[in-house]
Amino acid sequence: MPSNAALIGGLIDVCREAIAANADHLSELDRAIGDGDHGTNMRRGCEAVYAERSRLAGLPLPKAVEEIGLTLVMSVGGAAGPLYGTLLIEIGRQMAGLSEQAEFPRAFERAIGAVARRGRAQAGDKTLLDVLYPVHAEVVRRAGLAGIAEEAERAASLTFGMKAMRGRASFLGDRSIGHIDPGAKSCALLTAAICRFLEEQCLA
Amino acid sequence: MTPKSANVGVVIVSHSPLVAQGAADMVRQMVGDCVPLAWSGGNAEGGLGTHAAGILAAIEEAWSDAGVAVFVDLGGAETNSEMAIEMLGEPRSGRVIICDAPLVEGAVMAAAEASGGAALARVVATAEELSP
Repeated sequence: MPSNAALIGGLIDVCREAIAANADHLSELDRAIGDGDHGTNMRRGCEAVYAERSRLAGLPLPKAVEEIGLTLVMSVGGAAGPLYGTLLIEIGRQMAGLSEQAEFPRAFERAIGAVARRGRAQAGDKTLLDVLYPVHAEVVRRAGLAGIAEEAERAASLTFGMKAMRGRASFLGDRSIGHIDPGAKSCALLTAAICRFLEEQCLA
Repeated sequence: MTPKSANVGVVIVSHSPLVAQGAADMVRQMVGDCVPLAWSGGNAEGGLGTHAAGILAAIEEAWSDAGVAVFVDLGGAETNSEMAIEMLGEPRSGRVIICDAPLVEGAVMAAAEASGGAALARVVATAEELSP
């Protein structure tokens, strides 16, 4: 495994790259059912985190994750800022209290619960939760990293058939059906990027 | 304590800077300077949207020990406002309430109530009476 600093720095890099490469596509998805700025917002957030990269890499992992969340809240805006921010802030805080790594799924579950409360959303509402819950299920059943990434992508594509119940897309009612949710898509992209990175690190 | 900070403060949050500022101007014209008032509109780059950092700054600006009533337009404005309130930290976060009321009418009614020295709960209730 890489050093703590290399791990944090590497995760920041691969997430930034994944969003930068797909920002236009994310905004395009968002134009169909939202404000059309999800890619732009996420890119701004990733750049803000990247600007803090060396400081963050010097922190213990849980603290770094929490601070990345705070940076996202302050920079992303829209609904995505508080949602991704809440997820990472809670993962960081929960991780800080873990006595062993095996407890991670429980910490992850609590963080997802915090996101659901923040957005007052549940599974099937066509949000990033529709990726987070399946990803969590894969983590619980100890699926391999490649399997988790694949499931994230599959889960995001399933939002195509869902009717949006939360956020701007919910105003469209049935017209929101037939579009992939941009938040679910960015969540899948980030999950896949993180899994790929971790797999490379473990093999290296 | 200055007389200004004795009254409940009002914060207006809209996706549009023009809407937020316009609503704040309207409140100011109707109730004068006796209510702490601030607005946040638009994203970090000045485009349409809302962001927690801007809302946090607005709450700080309109801060009153009597509390602050926040008015929001669409979903993201509410989520970002909740985040900003949490970031204020205890005990101040407990004295900020997001009103379930229309942005313009709610802010005007709340400010009018606040200008008379009403407590936060009264200010919020007056604004929320406007909601069906």
